[in-house]
Amino acid sequence: MTWVIEVTGLTKRYGGQAVVDGISFHVDQGEIFGILGPNGAGKTTAVECMEGLRRRDAGQVRILGLDPKTDGHRLHQRIGVQLQQAQLQDRLKVREALELYASFYPHPADWRELLERWGLAAKAGTKFGKLSGGQKQRLFIALALVGNPEVVFLDELTSGLDPGARRATWDLIAQVRNSGVTVVLVSHFMDEVEELCDRVAILERGRIAALDTPAGLVDSAGAQYRVRFRPLAPLDEQSLGALPGITAVSRRGEQVTVTGTGDFAAAVTAELARRQIVAADLRIEGRSLDSAYVALTGRSMDT
Amino acid sequence: MTGFSRLALTEAKLFLREKAALLGVFGLPVALVIGFGLIPGFSDPQKSLSGQIGTEYIAGLGIAIVLASLGLTGVPMVIGQYRERGVLRRLGVTAVRPLTLLTADLTVWAASALISVAMVVAVVRLAFHVPVPRAAGWFILAVVLGIASLFAVGMLAAAVAPNARGSAGIGWLLFFPNMFLAGIYFPTEDMSATMRQAGNFTPLGSALHAVRDSWMGIDPRPEYLGIMAAWALIAGALAARFFRWEQA
Repeated sequence: MTWVIEVTGLTKRYGGQAVVDGISFHVDQGEIFGILGPNGAGKTTAVECMEGLRRRDAGQVRILGLDPKTDGHRLHQRIGVQLQQAQLQDRLKVREALELYASFYPHPADWRELLERWGLAAKAGTKFGKLSGGQKQRLFIALALVGNPEVVFLDELTSGLDPGARRATWDLIAQVRNSGVTVVLVSHFMDEVEELCDRVAILERGRIAALDTPAGLVDSAGAQYRVRFRPLAPLDEQSLGALPGITAVSRRGEQVTVTGTGDFAAAVTAELARRQIVAADLRIEGRSLDSAYVALTGRSMDT
Repeated sequence: MTGFSRLALTEAKLFLREKAALLGVFGLPVALVIGFGLIPGFSDPQKSLSGQIGTEYIAGLGIAIVLASLGLTGVPMVIGQYRERGVLRRLGVTAVRPLTLLTADLTVWAASALISVAMVVAVVRLAFHVPVPRAAGWFILAVVLGIASLFAVGMLAAAVAPNARGSAGIGWLLFFPNMFLAGIYFPTEDMSATMRQAGNFTPLGSALHAVRDSWMGIDPRPEYLGIMAAWALIAGALAARFFRWEQA
Protein backbone atom coordinates (compact mmCIF):
# COMPACT_ATOMS: atom_id res chain seq x y z
CA MET A 1 0.00 0.00 0.00
CA THR A 2 1.40 3.36 -0.93
CA TRP A 3 0.00 6.40 0.80
CA VAL A 4 -0.61 9.76 -0.76
CA ILE A 5 0.99 11.40 2.25
CA GLU A 6 3.57 9.76 4.46
CA VAL A 7 5.00 11.66 7.40
CA THR A 8 7.51 10.00 9.71
CA GLY A 9 9.09 11.71 12.69
CA LEU A 10 8.61 15.18 11.22
CA THR A 11 10.41 17.70 13.41
CA LYS A 12 10.84 21.44 13.06
CA ARG A 13 12.74 23.52 15.59
CA TYR A 14 12.91 27.25 16.10
CA GLY A 15 15.76 28.45 18.29
CA GLY A 16 16.34 24.95 19.65
CA GLN A 17 12.68 24.54 20.57
CA ALA A 18 10.77 21.85 18.71
CA VAL A 19 7.59 23.43 17.37
CA VAL A 20 6.75 20.19 15.59
CA ASP A 21 8.14 17.29 17.57
CA GLY A 22 8.43 14.00 15.72
CA ILE A 23 4.95 13.55 14.32
CA SER A 24 4.06 10.58 12.13
CA PHE A 25 0.95 9.76 10.16
CA HIS A 26 -0.16 8.83 6.70
CA VAL A 27 -3.10 9.81 4.56
CA ASP A 28 -4.85 7.63 2.04
CA GLN A 29 -6.06 8.79 -1.34
CA GLY A 30 -9.42 10.54 -1.24
CA GLU A 31 -9.34 11.06 2.50
CA ILE A 32 -10.07 14.29 4.27
CA PHE A 33 -7.44 14.33 6.97
CA GLY A 34 -7.87 16.84 9.78
CA ILE A 35 -5.14 18.44 11.85
CA LEU A 36 -6.79 19.86 14.92
CA GLY A 37 -5.32 21.73 17.83
CA PRO A 38 -5.13 25.01 19.69
CA ASN A 39 -3.21 28.02 18.44
CA GLY A 40 0.52 27.45 18.69
CA ALA A 41 0.23 23.65 18.61
CA GLY A 42 2.38 23.53 15.46
CA LYS A 43 -0.38 22.74 12.98
CA THR A 44 0.55 25.36 10.42
CA THR A 45 4.28 24.71 10.76
CA ALA A 46 3.74 20.99 10.22
CA VAL A 47 1.66 21.58 7.12
CA GLU A 48 4.10 24.16 5.76
CA CYS A 49 6.91 21.59 6.06
CA MET A 50 4.73 19.24 4.03
CA GLU A 51 4.06 21.91 1.40
CA GLY A 52 7.74 22.66 0.99
CA LEU A 53 7.35 26.19 2.33
CA ARG A 54 9.53 25.37 5.33
CA ARG A 55 12.44 22.97 5.61
CA ARG A 56 12.04 20.28 8.24
CA ASP A 57 14.90 19.65 10.65
CA ALA A 58 14.34 15.91 10.94
CA GLY A 59 12.05 13.13 9.79
CA GLN A 60 10.70 12.03 6.45
CA VAL A 61 7.92 13.51 4.36
CA ARG A 62 6.60 12.08 1.11
CA ILE A 63 3.71 13.69 -0.71
CA LEU A 64 2.65 11.77 -3.82
CA GLY A 65 5.98 10.00 -3.46
CA LEU A 66 7.89 13.30 -3.66
CA ASP A 67 10.05 14.86 -0.96
CA PRO A 68 9.01 18.52 -0.57
CA LYS A 69 12.55 19.37 0.55
CA THR A 70 14.26 18.24 -2.63
CA ASP A 71 11.46 17.92 -5.16
CA GLY A 72 9.39 20.99 -4.32
CA HIS A 73 9.07 22.17 -7.88
CA ARG A 74 7.55 18.93 -9.15
CA LEU A 75 5.40 18.62 -6.06
CA HIS A 76 3.99 22.13 -6.44
CA GLN A 77 2.58 21.24 -9.86
CA ARG A 78 0.43 18.56 -8.24
CA ILE A 79 -0.75 20.12 -4.99
CA GLY A 80 -3.00 23.06 -4.16
CA VAL A 81 -2.53 25.21 -1.11
CA GLN A 82 -4.61 27.73 0.77
CA LEU A 83 -2.37 29.57 3.21
CA GLN A 84 -3.63 31.11 6.39
CA GLN A 85 -2.08 34.52 5.86
CA ALA A 86 -1.33 35.34 2.27
CA GLN A 87 -2.96 38.20 0.44
CA LEU A 88 -2.93 39.03 -3.23
CA GLN A 89 -2.10 42.27 -4.99
CA ASP A 90 -4.80 44.82 -4.09
CA ARG A 91 -5.49 45.88 -7.65
CA LEU A 92 -5.58 42.37 -9.08
CA LYS A 93 -9.08 41.44 -10.23
CA VAL A 94 -10.66 38.13 -9.24
CA ARG A 95 -10.74 36.90 -12.83
CA GLU A 96 -7.13 37.87 -13.39
CA ALA A 97 -5.99 36.12 -10.22
CA LEU A 98 -7.59 32.84 -11.30
CA GLU A 99 -6.33 33.18 -14.85
CA LEU A 100 -2.82 33.94 -13.58
CA TYR A 101 -2.69 31.02 -11.19
CA ALA A 102 -4.22 28.70 -13.78
CA SER A 103 -1.29 29.57 -16.07
CA PHE A 104 1.17 28.18 -13.51
CA TYR A 105 -0.04 24.60 -13.84
CA PRO A 106 0.31 22.02 -16.61
CA HIS A 107 -3.34 20.87 -16.46
CA PRO A 108 -5.40 23.64 -14.88
CA ALA A 109 -9.09 23.45 -14.05
CA ASP A 110 -11.57 25.68 -15.87
CA TRP A 111 -11.33 28.84 -13.80
CA ARG A 112 -14.70 30.11 -15.05
CA GLU A 113 -16.34 27.06 -13.55
CA LEU A 114 -14.50 27.65 -10.27
CA LEU A 115 -15.79 31.23 -10.27
CA GLU A 116 -19.33 29.89 -10.54
CA ARG A 117 -18.92 27.12 -8.03
CA TRP A 118 -17.39 29.34 -5.37
CA GLY A 119 -19.96 32.08 -5.83
CA LEU A 120 -17.54 34.61 -7.27
CA ALA A 121 -18.99 35.01 -10.77
CA ALA A 122 -20.56 38.35 -9.89
CA LYS A 123 -17.22 39.52 -8.49
CA ALA A 124 -15.08 38.45 -11.48
CA GLY A 125 -14.19 42.05 -12.31
CA THR A 126 -13.72 43.19 -8.71
CA LYS A 127 -10.26 44.03 -7.42
CA PHE A 128 -8.91 41.91 -4.60
CA GLY A 129 -8.66 44.91 -2.28
CA LYS A 130 -12.39 45.55 -2.64
CA LEU A 131 -13.51 42.02 -1.70
CA SER A 132 -15.07 41.18 1.66
CA GLY A 133 -13.30 38.76 3.99
CA GLY A 134 -15.55 35.90 2.95
CA GLN A 135 -15.09 36.61 -0.73
CA LYS A 136 -11.32 36.68 -0.30
CA GLN A 137 -11.46 33.37 1.53
CA ARG A 138 -13.51 31.76 -1.25
CA LEU A 139 -11.04 33.12 -3.82
CA PHE A 140 -8.15 31.56 -1.87
CA ILE A 141 -9.91 28.19 -1.92
CA ALA A 142 -10.62 28.52 -5.64
CA LEU A 143 -6.94 29.37 -6.23
CA ALA A 144 -5.93 26.26 -4.28
CA LEU A 145 -8.06 24.19 -6.66
CA VAL A 146 -7.28 25.93 -9.96
CA GLY A 147 -4.31 23.69 -10.75
CA ASN A 148 -6.45 20.52 -10.60
CA PRO A 149 -4.38 19.29 -7.65
CA GLU A 150 -4.18 15.71 -6.40
CA VAL A 151 -3.68 16.90 -2.84
CA VAL A 152 -5.10 20.08 -1.35
CA PHE A 153 -3.90 21.70 1.86
CA LEU A 154 -6.43 24.01 3.45
CA ASP A 155 -5.32 26.03 6.47
CA GLU A 156 -8.24 27.45 8.43
CA LEU A 157 -10.64 26.86 5.59
CA THR A 158 -13.65 28.77 6.89
CA SER A 159 -12.08 31.66 8.79
CA GLY A 160 -13.97 34.82 7.94
CA LEU A 161 -16.99 33.01 6.53
CA ASP A 162 -20.50 33.46 7.88
CA PRO A 163 -22.42 30.35 9.07
CA GLY A 164 -24.26 29.90 5.78
CA ALA A 165 -21.09 30.16 3.75
CA ARG A 166 -19.33 27.72 6.10
CA ARG A 167 -21.96 25.06 5.44
CA ALA A 168 -21.79 25.69 1.70
CA THR A 169 -17.99 25.47 1.84
CA TRP A 170 -18.13 22.15 3.68
CA ASP A 171 -20.43 20.75 1.01
CA LEU A 172 -18.08 21.90 -1.72
CA ILE A 173 -15.02 20.43 0.01
CA ALA A 174 -16.87 17.12 0.37
CA GLN A 175 -17.47 17.28 -3.40
CA VAL A 176 -13.78 17.93 -4.01
CA ARG A 177 -12.95 14.83 -1.99
CA ASN A 178 -15.56 12.79 -3.81
CA SER A 179 -13.74 13.55 -7.05
CA GLY A 180 -10.74 11.64 -5.64
CA VAL A 181 -8.70 14.56 -4.32
CA THR A 182 -6.97 14.08 -0.99
CA VAL A 183 -7.58 16.93 1.43
CA VAL A 184 -5.52 18.00 4.44
CA LEU A 185 -7.54 20.32 6.60
CA VAL A 186 -5.97 22.40 9.35
CA SER A 187 -8.56 23.71 11.73
CA HIS A 188 -9.35 24.74 15.24
CA PHE A 189 -13.09 24.36 14.69
CA MET A 190 -14.49 21.14 16.18
CA ASP A 191 -17.71 21.22 14.18
CA GLU A 192 -15.80 21.58 10.92
CA VAL A 193 -13.50 18.67 11.64
CA GLU A 194 -16.35 16.50 12.88
CA GLU A 195 -18.41 17.26 9.80
CA LEU A 196 -15.73 16.87 7.16
CA CYS A 197 -12.82 14.72 8.27
CA ASP A 198 -12.44 11.00 7.80
CA ARG A 199 -9.59 10.96 10.29
CA VAL A 200 -8.19 13.55 12.65
CA ALA A 201 -4.84 14.09 14.31
CA ILE A 202 -5.04 16.18 17.45
CA LEU A 203 -1.85 18.16 17.77
CA GLU A 204 -0.69 19.45 21.10
CA ARG A 205 2.62 21.22 21.70
CA GLY A 206 3.99 19.80 18.48
CA ARG A 207 3.00 16.20 19.18
CA ILE A 208 0.09 14.04 18.14
CA ALA A 209 -2.08 13.60 21.21
CA ALA A 210 -4.59 11.37 19.42
CA LEU A 211 -5.30 10.15 15.91
CA ASP A 212 -8.53 8.46 14.89
CA THR A 213 -11.83 8.97 13.15
CA PRO A 214 -13.92 11.70 14.79
CA ALA A 215 -16.27 9.01 16.13
CA GLY A 216 -13.32 6.93 17.33
CA LEU A 217 -11.91 9.92 19.16
CA VAL A 218 -15.24 10.49 20.85
CA ASP A 219 -15.38 6.84 21.91
CA SER A 220 -11.80 6.56 23.07
CA ALA A 221 -12.01 9.80 25.00
CA GLY A 222 -14.44 8.07 27.35
CA ALA A 223 -16.15 11.35 27.98
CA GLN A 224 -19.48 11.06 29.76
CA TYR A 225 -22.57 12.16 27.96
CA ARG A 226 -26.30 12.02 28.50
CA VAL A 227 -29.26 10.53 26.72
CA ARG A 228 -32.62 12.05 27.62
CA PHE A 229 -36.02 10.80 26.59
CA ARG A 230 -39.67 10.55 27.65
CA PRO A 231 -40.93 6.95 27.65
CA LEU A 232 -44.45 6.70 26.29
CA ALA A 233 -45.05 3.50 28.28
CA PRO A 234 -44.32 2.64 31.91
CA LEU A 235 -40.59 2.01 32.38
CA ASP A 236 -38.58 0.85 35.35
CA GLU A 237 -35.71 3.12 34.47
CA GLN A 238 -33.32 1.64 37.04
CA SER A 239 -33.33 -1.62 35.07
CA LEU A 240 -31.43 0.24 32.33
CA GLY A 241 -28.53 0.69 34.75
CA ALA A 242 -27.37 -2.83 34.05
CA LEU A 243 -26.55 -2.02 30.41
CA PRO A 244 -22.85 -1.67 29.55
CA GLY A 245 -21.29 1.76 29.80
CA ILE A 246 -24.02 3.34 31.88
CA THR A 247 -22.97 5.16 35.02
CA ALA A 248 -26.21 6.74 36.21
CA VAL A 249 -29.93 6.77 35.53
CA SER A 250 -32.32 9.34 36.91
CA ARG A 251 -35.87 10.52 36.35
CA ARG A 252 -37.44 13.92 36.73
CA GLY A 253 -41.16 13.86 36.14
CA GLU A 254 -41.68 12.06 32.86
CA GLN A 255 -38.14 12.59 31.62
CA VAL A 256 -35.50 9.91 32.04
CA THR A 257 -31.80 10.83 31.88
CA VAL A 258 -29.15 8.16 31.31
CA THR A 259 -25.49 9.08 31.73
CA GLY A 260 -22.60 6.96 30.51
CA THR A 261 -19.54 6.55 28.35
CA GLY A 262 -18.85 4.88 25.02
CA ASP A 263 -21.60 3.88 22.64
CA PHE A 264 -24.22 3.20 25.32
CA ALA A 265 -26.91 5.23 23.55
CA ALA A 266 -27.37 2.44 21.02
CA ALA A 267 -27.76 -0.07 23.85
CA VAL A 268 -30.41 2.11 25.49
CA THR A 269 -32.46 2.54 22.34
CA ALA A 270 -32.13 -1.17 21.50
CA GLU A 271 -33.30 -2.11 24.97
CA LEU A 272 -36.28 0.26 24.69
CA ALA A 273 -37.15 -1.24 21.32
CA ARG A 274 -36.93 -4.74 22.75
CA ARG A 275 -39.40 -3.75 25.43
CA GLN A 276 -41.50 -2.05 22.77
CA ILE A 277 -41.34 1.28 24.56
CA VAL A 278 -41.42 4.34 22.36
CA ALA A 279 -39.00 7.06 23.46
CA ALA A 280 -40.28 10.54 22.73
CA ASP A 281 -38.12 13.68 22.69
CA LEU A 282 -34.94 11.57 22.46
CA ARG A 283 -31.86 13.76 22.79
CA ILE A 284 -28.18 12.99 23.03
CA GLU A 285 -26.20 15.66 24.81
CA GLY A 286 -22.48 16.20 25.10
CA ARG A 287 -21.42 13.44 22.72
CA SER A 288 -19.27 15.56 20.51
CA LEU A 289 -15.69 15.94 19.43
CA ASP A 290 -15.69 19.03 21.59
CA SER A 291 -16.08 17.11 24.83
CA ALA A 292 -13.82 14.35 23.54
CA TYR A 293 -11.15 16.94 22.87
CA VAL A 294 -11.37 18.23 26.42
CA ALA A 295 -11.19 14.69 27.75
CA LEU A 296 -8.20 13.79 25.55
CA THR A 297 -6.13 16.90 26.06
CA GLY A 298 -7.35 17.98 29.45
CA ARG A 299 -8.22 21.43 28.24
CA SER A 300 -10.68 23.19 26.03
CA MET A 301 -9.73 24.50 22.63
CA ASP A 302 -10.24 28.13 23.47
CA THR A 303 -7.50 28.39 26.06
CA MET B 1 2.29 31.65 -22.02
CA THR B 2 4.88 30.86 -19.40
CA GLY B 3 4.58 31.84 -15.77
CA PHE B 4 7.06 34.66 -16.30
CA SER B 5 5.33 36.32 -19.23
CA ARG B 6 1.91 35.91 -17.62
CA LEU B 7 3.24 37.44 -14.40
CA ALA B 8 4.95 40.27 -16.28
CA LEU B 9 1.76 41.01 -18.19
CA THR B 10 -0.28 40.99 -14.99
CA GLU B 11 2.17 43.19 -13.13
CA ALA B 12 2.25 45.60 -16.08
CA LYS B 13 -1.54 45.83 -15.87
CA LEU B 14 -1.37 46.47 -12.13
CA PHE B 15 1.26 49.15 -12.72
CA LEU B 16 -1.01 50.87 -15.23
CA ARG B 17 -3.74 50.92 -12.57
CA GLU B 18 -1.51 52.93 -10.19
CA LYS B 19 -2.44 56.44 -11.21
CA ALA B 20 0.13 58.11 -8.95
CA ALA B 21 2.95 55.94 -10.28
CA LEU B 22 1.95 56.65 -13.87
CA LEU B 23 1.92 60.36 -13.20
CA GLY B 24 5.34 60.18 -11.57
CA VAL B 25 6.99 57.99 -14.18
CA PHE B 26 5.46 59.36 -17.38
CA GLY B 27 3.68 62.62 -16.54
CA LEU B 28 6.21 64.41 -14.33
CA PRO B 29 9.31 64.29 -16.57
CA VAL B 30 7.34 65.35 -19.64
CA ALA B 31 5.63 68.16 -17.72
CA LEU B 32 9.04 69.23 -16.41
CA VAL B 33 10.66 69.55 -19.83
CA ILE B 34 7.60 71.29 -21.29
CA GLY B 35 7.39 73.72 -18.37
CA PHE B 36 11.07 74.70 -18.55
CA GLY B 37 11.16 74.45 -22.33
CA LEU B 38 8.58 77.23 -22.59
CA ILE B 39 10.81 79.67 -20.68
CA PRO B 40 12.13 82.12 -23.30
CA GLY B 41 15.80 81.66 -24.04
CA PHE B 42 16.02 78.39 -22.14
CA SER B 43 16.62 76.46 -25.33
CA ASP B 44 19.96 78.23 -25.80
CA PRO B 45 23.22 76.95 -24.37
CA GLN B 46 23.55 78.04 -20.73
CA LYS B 47 26.91 79.22 -19.42
CA SER B 48 25.99 78.12 -15.86
CA LEU B 49 25.33 74.57 -17.11
CA SER B 50 28.72 73.98 -18.73
CA GLY B 51 27.30 75.25 -22.00
CA GLN B 52 24.46 72.72 -22.13
CA ILE B 53 21.12 73.75 -23.63
CA GLY B 54 18.71 74.47 -20.74
CA THR B 55 15.97 72.20 -22.02
CA GLU B 56 18.45 69.41 -22.67
CA TYR B 57 19.73 69.75 -19.12
CA ILE B 58 16.17 69.59 -17.74
CA ALA B 59 15.50 66.50 -19.89
CA GLY B 60 18.44 64.76 -18.21
CA LEU B 61 17.09 65.85 -14.85
CA GLY B 62 13.68 64.40 -15.68
CA ILE B 63 15.30 61.10 -16.62
CA ALA B 64 17.26 61.04 -13.36
CA ILE B 65 14.07 61.71 -11.36
CA VAL B 66 12.31 58.81 -13.08
CA LEU B 67 15.18 56.42 -12.35
CA ALA B 68 15.43 57.54 -8.73
CA SER B 69 11.73 57.46 -7.96
CA LEU B 70 11.23 54.05 -9.58
CA GLY B 71 14.37 52.50 -8.13
CA LEU B 72 14.56 54.06 -4.70
CA THR B 73 10.88 54.48 -3.82
CA GLY B 74 8.85 52.23 -6.14
CA VAL B 75 10.97 49.08 -5.94
CA PRO B 76 11.32 48.86 -2.13
CA MET B 77 7.72 49.90 -1.54
CA VAL B 78 6.13 47.30 -3.80
CA ILE B 79 8.55 44.47 -3.00
CA GLY B 80 8.21 45.19 0.73
CA GLN B 81 4.43 45.02 0.43
CA TYR B 82 4.50 41.82 -1.59
CA ARG B 83 6.57 40.19 1.12
CA GLU B 84 4.56 41.55 4.04
CA ARG B 85 1.21 40.66 2.49
CA GLY B 86 2.33 37.12 1.68
CA VAL B 87 2.14 37.49 -2.11
CA LEU B 88 5.64 36.00 -2.33
CA ARG B 89 4.81 33.23 0.14
CA ARG B 90 1.74 32.25 -1.82
CA LEU B 91 3.77 31.96 -5.02
CA GLY B 92 6.23 29.80 -3.08
CA VAL B 93 3.71 26.95 -3.07
CA THR B 94 3.03 27.11 -6.80
CA ALA B 95 5.12 25.71 -9.61
CA VAL B 96 6.29 29.29 -10.21
CA ARG B 97 9.03 30.66 -7.96
CA PRO B 98 8.54 33.92 -6.04
CA LEU B 99 11.77 34.98 -7.76
CA THR B 100 9.85 34.93 -11.03
CA LEU B 101 7.55 37.63 -9.68
CA LEU B 102 10.51 39.80 -8.64
CA THR B 103 12.07 39.36 -12.09
CA ALA B 104 8.76 40.16 -13.77
CA ASP B 105 8.33 43.30 -11.68
CA LEU B 106 11.86 44.55 -12.30
CA THR B 107 11.39 43.92 -16.01
CA VAL B 108 8.12 45.87 -16.09
CA TRP B 109 9.61 48.79 -14.17
CA ALA B 110 12.77 48.85 -16.26
CA ALA B 111 10.64 48.87 -19.40
CA SER B 112 8.55 51.74 -17.98
CA ALA B 113 11.74 53.69 -17.28
CA LEU B 114 12.98 53.14 -20.83
CA ILE B 115 9.63 54.23 -22.28
CA SER B 116 9.66 57.33 -20.12
CA VAL B 117 13.21 58.18 -21.27
CA ALA B 118 12.16 57.72 -24.89
CA MET B 119 9.17 60.02 -24.31
CA VAL B 120 11.39 62.74 -22.83
CA VAL B 121 13.83 62.51 -25.73
CA ALA B 122 10.96 62.65 -28.24
CA VAL B 123 9.20 65.58 -26.56
CA VAL B 124 12.27 67.83 -26.33
CA ARG B 125 13.19 66.93 -29.90
CA LEU B 126 9.75 67.60 -31.37
CA ALA B 127 8.63 70.51 -29.20
CA PHE B 128 11.89 72.35 -28.59
CA HIS B 129 14.21 71.11 -31.35
CA VAL B 130 16.68 69.78 -28.82
CA PRO B 131 18.87 67.28 -30.68
CA VAL B 132 18.59 63.63 -29.71
CA PRO B 133 21.54 62.43 -27.58
CA ARG B 134 24.56 62.76 -29.79
CA ALA B 135 26.57 59.94 -28.25
CA ALA B 136 23.55 57.65 -28.52
CA GLY B 137 25.33 54.44 -27.57
CA TRP B 138 26.84 55.97 -24.43
CA PHE B 139 23.48 57.53 -23.61
CA ILE B 140 21.69 54.18 -23.76
CA LEU B 141 24.44 52.54 -21.70
CA ALA B 142 24.19 55.35 -19.13
CA VAL B 143 20.43 54.91 -18.81
CA VAL B 144 20.68 51.12 -18.56
CA LEU B 145 23.42 51.28 -15.92
CA GLY B 146 21.42 53.96 -14.09
CA ILE B 147 18.41 51.65 -14.00
CA ALA B 148 20.53 48.68 -12.91
CA SER B 149 22.30 50.56 -10.10
CA LEU B 150 19.23 52.33 -8.67
CA PHE B 151 17.03 49.23 -8.90
CA ALA B 152 19.73 47.20 -7.17
CA VAL B 153 19.92 49.73 -4.34
CA GLY B 154 16.10 49.64 -4.08
CA MET B 155 16.19 45.84 -3.91
CA LEU B 156 18.80 46.02 -1.19
CA ALA B 157 16.54 48.34 0.80
CA ALA B 158 13.70 45.83 0.40
CA ALA B 159 16.02 42.96 1.32
CA VAL B 160 17.21 44.31 4.65
CA ALA B 161 14.05 46.10 5.81
CA PRO B 162 12.07 44.32 8.52
CA ASN B 163 8.66 45.14 7.00
CA ALA B 164 6.90 47.07 4.24
CA ARG B 165 7.00 50.39 6.11
CA GLY B 166 10.70 50.00 6.79
CA SER B 167 11.32 49.07 3.21
CA ALA B 168 9.57 52.16 1.86
CA GLY B 169 11.17 54.28 4.60
CA ILE B 170 14.72 53.25 3.72
CA GLY B 171 13.88 53.98 0.09
CA TRP B 172 12.80 57.53 0.89
CA LEU B 173 15.85 58.05 3.12
CA LEU B 174 18.05 57.16 0.16
CA PHE B 175 15.95 59.12 -2.30
CA PHE B 176 16.46 62.64 -0.96
CA PRO B 177 20.25 62.63 -0.43
CA ASN B 178 20.67 60.98 -3.82
CA MET B 179 18.53 63.66 -5.45
CA PHE B 180 20.39 66.41 -3.58
CA LEU B 181 23.92 65.20 -4.25
CA ALA B 182 23.15 64.27 -7.85
CA GLY B 183 22.26 67.91 -8.50
CA ILE B 184 18.53 67.62 -8.99
CA TYR B 185 17.73 70.53 -6.67
CA PHE B 186 20.54 72.74 -7.95
CA PRO B 187 23.16 71.97 -10.60
CA THR B 188 26.45 70.35 -9.59
CA GLU B 189 28.12 73.30 -11.34
CA ASP B 190 27.08 75.41 -8.30
CA MET B 191 28.33 72.87 -5.74
CA SER B 192 31.55 72.88 -3.75
CA ALA B 193 34.21 70.48 -4.98
CA THR B 194 33.66 68.15 -2.01
CA MET B 195 29.92 67.95 -2.58
CA ARG B 196 30.41 67.37 -6.25
CA GLN B 197 32.89 64.61 -5.47
CA ALA B 198 30.44 63.00 -3.04
CA GLY B 199 27.68 63.25 -5.62
CA ASN B 200 29.82 61.44 -8.19
CA PHE B 201 29.89 58.41 -5.94
CA THR B 202 26.11 58.14 -5.73
CA PRO B 203 24.46 56.02 -8.40
CA LEU B 204 22.12 58.86 -9.31
CA GLY B 205 24.94 61.42 -9.51
CA SER B 206 26.94 59.24 -11.88
CA ALA B 207 23.82 58.52 -13.91
CA LEU B 208 22.99 62.19 -14.37
CA HIS B 209 26.58 63.08 -15.32
CA ALA B 210 26.75 60.25 -17.83
CA VAL B 211 23.35 61.14 -19.30
CA ARG B 212 24.24 64.85 -19.62
CA ASP B 213 27.64 64.17 -21.15
CA SER B 214 26.43 61.64 -23.69
CA TRP B 215 23.56 63.92 -24.66
CA MET B 216 26.05 66.70 -25.46
CA GLY B 217 28.10 64.21 -27.47
CA ILE B 218 30.89 63.84 -24.92
CA ASP B 219 32.06 60.33 -24.03
CA PRO B 220 31.07 59.96 -20.36
CA ARG B 221 33.99 59.58 -17.96
CA PRO B 222 34.61 55.84 -17.34
CA GLU B 223 34.39 56.39 -13.59
CA TYR B 224 30.70 57.35 -13.91
CA LEU B 225 29.93 54.11 -15.69
CA GLY B 226 32.18 52.18 -13.33
CA ILE B 227 30.52 53.64 -10.23
CA MET B 228 27.07 52.70 -11.54
CA ALA B 229 28.23 49.20 -12.46
CA ALA B 230 29.76 48.79 -9.01
CA TRP B 231 26.54 49.86 -7.28
CA ALA B 232 24.55 47.48 -9.48
CA LEU B 233 26.84 44.53 -8.76
CA ILE B 234 27.49 45.12 -5.07
CA ALA B 235 23.99 46.18 -4.05
CA GLY B 236 22.52 43.49 -6.29
CA ALA B 237 24.69 40.77 -4.78
CA LEU B 238 23.94 41.93 -1.23
CA ALA B 239 20.22 42.07 -1.99
CA ALA B 240 20.32 38.53 -3.34
CA ARG B 241 22.30 37.40 -0.31
CA PHE B 242 20.08 38.97 2.34
CA PHE B 243 16.65 38.91 0.72
CA ARG B 244 14.00 37.37 2.94
CA TRP B 245 10.98 35.86 1.24
CA GLU B 246 8.66 36.19 4.17
CA GLN B 247 7.93 38.56 6.99
CA ALA B 248 9.60 37.39 10.18
